[in-house]
Amino acid sequence: MIEWLGVPVAGAAHAGDVDQVMALVHWLMLVLLVGWGVFFVYALVRFRRTAHPVASYDGLRGRWSAWLEGGVLLAEVVLLAFFSIPVWSARVDAFPSERESVVVRVVAEQFAWNVHYPGSDGRFGRTDLVLVGPANPLGLDRTDPAAQDDVTTINQLHLPVNRPAIVYLSSKDMVHSFTLPQMRIKQDAIPGLIQPVWFTPTEPGEWEIACSQLCGLAHYRMRGFYTIHTQDEYEAWLVEEAAAQAGP
Amino acid sequence: MFLKYLASTDHKVIGLLYGFTSLLFLLVGFVLVLVIRWQLAYPGDPVPLIGGWLGEANAPGGIVLPEFYNQLGAMHGTIMVFLGVVPLAVGAFGNYLVPLQIGAPDMAFPRLNLASYWCYVAGGAVMLASFFVPGGAANNGWTSYAPLSDLAPGAGQTMWLAGMLFIICSSLLGALNVITTIVQLRAPGMTWFRLPFFVWAQFITAFLLLLAFPALQAAAILQGMDRLAGTSFFLPSGLAVSGQRLEVAGGGNALLWQHLFWFLGHPEVYVLILPAMGIVAEVVANNTRKPLWGYRVMVYSLFVLGVLSFVVWAHHMFLTGMGTAVSAFFQTTTMIISIPSVVILSSLMLSLHGGSIRFTTPMLFALAFLPMFGIGGLTGLPLGLATTDIALHDTNYVVGHFHYLVAPGTIFALFAGIYHWFPRVTGRMLNDWLGRIHFAGSLVCMNVIFLPMFVQGLAGVNRRLWDGGAEYVHAQEVLYLNVPMSMAAFALAVFQLFFIANLFLSLRGGPAAEPNPWRATTLEWRTGGEPVRVYRDPYAYSVPGAPSDFVPQYQAEPQRAGA
Ligand code: HEM
Ligand SMILES: [Cu+2]
Ligand SMILES: [Cu+2]
Repeated sequence: MIEWLGVPVAGAAHAGDVDQVMALVHWLMLVLLVGWGVFFVYALVRFRRTAHPVASYDGLRGRWSAWLEGGVLLAEVVLLAFFSIPVWSARVDAFPSERESVVVRVVAEQFAWNVHYPGSDGRFGRTDLVLVGPANPLGLDRTDPAAQDDVTTINQLHLPVNRPAIVYLSSKDMVHSFTLPQMRIKQDAIPGLIQPVWFTPTEPGEWEIACSQLCGLAHYRMRGFYTIHTQDEYEAWLVEEAAAQAGP
Repeated sequence: MFLKYLASTDHKVIGLLYGFTSLLFLLVGFVLVLVIRWQLAYPGDPVPLIGGWLGEANAPGGIVLPEFYNQLGAMHGTIMVFLGVVPLAVGAFGNYLVPLQIGAPDMAFPRLNLASYWCYVAGGAVMLASFFVPGGAANNGWTSYAPLSDLAPGAGQTMWLAGMLFIICSSLLGALNVITTIVQLRAPGMTWFRLPFFVWAQFITAFLLLLAFPALQAAAILQGMDRLAGTSFFLPSGLAVSGQRLEVAGGGNALLWQHLFWFLGHPEVYVLILPAMGIVAEVVANNTRKPLWGYRVMVYSLFVLGVLSFVVWAHHMFLTGMGTAVSAFFQTTTMIISIPSVVILSSLMLSLHGGSIRFTTPMLFALAFLPMFGIGGLTGLPLGLATTDIALHDTNYVVGHFHYLVAPGTIFALFAGIYHWFPRVTGRMLNDWLGRIHFAGSLVCMNVIFLPMFVQGLAGVNRRLWDGGAEYVHAQEVLYLNVPMSMAAFALAVFQLFFIANLFLSLRGGPAAEPNPWRATTLEWRTGGEPVRVYRDPYAYSVPGAPSDFVPQYQAEPQRAGA
């Protein structure tokens, strides 16, 4: 089923779970649609006026619809209790430890994704609204010792494969929605809130970050890029960026 | 002479005013979306024919600017929902038919009724006028999410809020009126379970309007104060727009708007579909020549739908950062609410069994409603499960889902209603062949427009994109679908000409209708002015032993055959 549905390639550890629910619920839909459809066509042909000139006052006998409704309810309960709720709970409750994960901040703004890495000390430097400007969209205070080794990028998210990634998502202005289609990740970035999201990429590759929430006139091109590297490539990239940004 | 009608308090006249006005708004909403569809198929190409009329500020050289695209989207949604479908389904059909079907002389509060209509017109006028102010109409989606809407420059968004306040006022007055009328003014003998299903649907709908709209009313006032009075109900502290720190009071909450909006928004979608189900039920019973299957259970289902529709709203907000418990609650309520919808839809389907089905034009539309509504409902399931919503939220899958419910769903039901009751209103029949062309063309086009949206959505293509997704690599493979979809939308417009022509031609030249041309049982087809009494259930079709295949509700005794 999932191949027919034509969803993007699955590149994260939990993507299979999401796709499984997607496949199951589409099976349920298909069965119901075909069932209804067959009955519908049969009824229209069998009970057209010329074939059935006198209607039956009582109509269909039996508890057909109760069976149908019971069946739908049962299927929905199974989908909820054994699939959707557990998968969701793993997404929002079972966060990996920060020590084993790559932790980044992503700050959305009209119409870009600002990415902030803590650098080798593992600590994010201080940010301040007062410092926000064209050259420093995050308002990072480079005088803060913790900020010395921080790496920031615009519209470029780099992550290593097979290691959990935790993204602390926020927004400077409007509601945006941080979307990594191949990771099966979508999370609204809401000003005033910091939302953690996590996933474990399992496929190296280069893809695009999309914005899924109408955020202004250039919403349609609020596009970023993300790259899933091997661990070595990732470290090399980080060292290179850190060196380039350490500044004079 | 004409002015007399504009100030009439007769429910039939007001119903017709509503009908005429709302059909015009549907047309406006449709024309807006034709421009959208052009832009989605040919992003950045000048709009043909009407490109020059769109205004230099909006579409220089006929090329739709992104700002203007967003206006078109927001206003298409707003106009279709609040100024088109609801006023037609509730204001026109409800006003015209409810008093007739329950045997009431008029609505309970005829003057409120007129006030409600004029509030609606005022709201519509403000909405339309907003296209012409500097900066244009609201362009933040029909959902007007804050802070985007709070901070939007120009007067468009403020006018949207003002327009909504008028529309809400109109709906509240109308809802009160419908409820009071049905409770108080039923004819003798019209017990609750003798009410036609259509009346039940209007009754529950009125409660939804009455109880849900105040949330948006409050929200609109708060947002208006944010925009005009410097408050920040929906603006948190620490915002920076375009690299500039924003000086606002702060301390507000952007999510609060979403909760208030969807507290209205979800019941509102049931306001869009319940009256449609009511119309379809009437047309199906009449054209199968048998009672509705499971009428009582259908009525109970309406109650369940009405109550539950107030506790599912946050399924529109799964991705705003919901924990397990809250998301489990809203997923569960959403799954449960699907059951009464399944009950109503299956009852309508099962009603066909054993019927003697007449394929009249209204019946064709009512029949097509069933599978179309089915597709719309089924595709709601993966959106109601938070897990799959991760992939589908805010993609074209959502657009496909709700359009199956409201376009080939509700709009078809409304067409069915117009074809069915046109003879009651005008005394003339609509032309059957024009009607059938209108039906077949619309059915094919609707599906060609909306089915590919599921394909695009599953592939991850987002909605509300000026270029239809051309910017993104993952959209490339399904982008070609935009061209046939748009072609079908233009063809759909052509097929609506058959409908419009039919209305105007038949008004004058249609064959005269008999008093009860469809041989229907409900009171609105009664002739003669003597006081009405109700003797039986609404759908006494094909009663065994009765002399004809229908016994009207107002007829005392079915003359026994041979008696
Ligand atoms: C039959 C003709 C219709 C067509 C071809 C059509 C097409 C569309 C399309 C293509 C969009 C998406 C625009 C975008 O993503 O940028 C849209 C949005 C929408 N439509 Fe329709 N539509 C039709 C009828 C209706 C009706 C009858 C209703 C309501 C009862 C409706 C309500 C909406 C709403 C609420 C939106 C969302 C607007 C937003 O993004 O804020 N549409 N429509
Ligand atoms: Cu955005
Ligand atoms: Cu909803």
